[in-house]
Amino acid sequence: MSIWEYANPKKFMQTSAWALPWVTGLAVVTLVAGLIWGFFFTPDDFRMGSTVKIIYIHVPAAIMATGTWFMMLAASLVWLIRRHHVSVLAAKAAAPIGTTMTLIGLFTGAIWGQPMWGTWWAWDPRLTAFLILFLFYLGYIALWEAIEDPDTAADLTSVLCLVGSVFAVISRYAVLFWNQGLHQGSSLSLDQEEHVADVYAWPLWVSIIGFGLLFVSLVLIRTRTEIRKRRLRALEARERMA
Amino acid sequence: MVELGKYAGTVLAAYGVTVLLVLGLVALTLTKGARVKRALEAQEKRMSKNG
Repeated sequence: MSIWEYANPKKFMQTSAWALPWVTGLAVVTLVAGLIWGFFFTPDDFRMGSTVKIIYIHVPAAIMATGTWFMMLAASLVWLIRRHHVSVLAAKAAAPIGTTMTLIGLFTGAIWGQPMWGTWWAWDPRLTAFLILFLFYLGYIALWEAIEDPDTAADLTSVLCLVGSVFAVISRYAVLFWNQGLHQGSSLSLDQEEHVADVYAWPLWVSIIGFGLLFVSLVLIRTRTEIRKRRLRALEARERMA
Repeated sequence: MVELGKYAGTVLAAYGVTVLLVLGLVALTLTKGARVKRALEAQEKRMSKNG
C-alpha cells in the first residue's frame, strides 16, 4: 500500500475517522499525565525555584511551534510537486495550531523571563526569530483568506511556507548559531552539561508526547473540516450552474 | 496542594494562559467542524431531493 493513497480525500476521511478517537484519547491521557507529574510531583529547582514547572508547557509548545511549520513545509512541498489537495489542506489546517503554540511559547517565555532575567522581553536571537515566526504564521493564514481561488492560494501559501522555513530553523537553532543572548540552550540536549536533570526530563518527555498527539488530533479534525468545506463549495458551484 | 512559594503568581499565570489558549483552539476547531459538517449534510440533502 502506498502513502499516496491517503491523498485521496475519501480514503483520508475513512482512515482519520478510525484513528481520531485513539489519537485524541492518547493525547488527553499523556497530556494530563505529563502536566500533573510535572506540576505536582517534581521538586523546585535550586536556582529557578518553582518556576521550573513552566518548562512542562513552554518547551513542548516551542517544539510544536517550529515542528508545525516543518510539517506545513513538507505538506506544501507535496502540493507543489505532486498537486495533492489533501496535503495542502493539512498544511492550512495546521497553521492556527502552530500560531497558538508559538503564542503559548512567547507568553510563557515572557512570564518565566520576568523573574529569571528581570525582563519580559529581550531582542535575543531565539526570541526575535520566534516573534518573526509568529508573524509568518499570521501572514500564512491571512494569505489563505485573501485569495479566492483555492489552487492559487495553495500555490502562494506554499511558497510563503518555504520562505518562512528559514525562520523556523533559526527559531530552533538560534542559540547554536549565535551563541549569545539570554535564552539557554536545548533543555533536552545530549550534552550532559546542558541537559536538565532526569527528575525534570521524564515528565517533560511525557508532556512533549502529549502536545504532539494533541497536534495530530487537531490536525486530523481540522483537515477533515477543510475537506468538507471544499466539497461544500464544489456542490454549491454545481447547484448554481444547474 | 503543591507549594509554589513566591513564584506562585508566575507559575499559575503561565499555566492559565496556556489552558485558555489550548481550550480556545479546541473549542474553535470543534465548533467550526460541526458547522461545516451540518452545512454539507444540508447541501447534500437538498441536492439529492432536487435530483
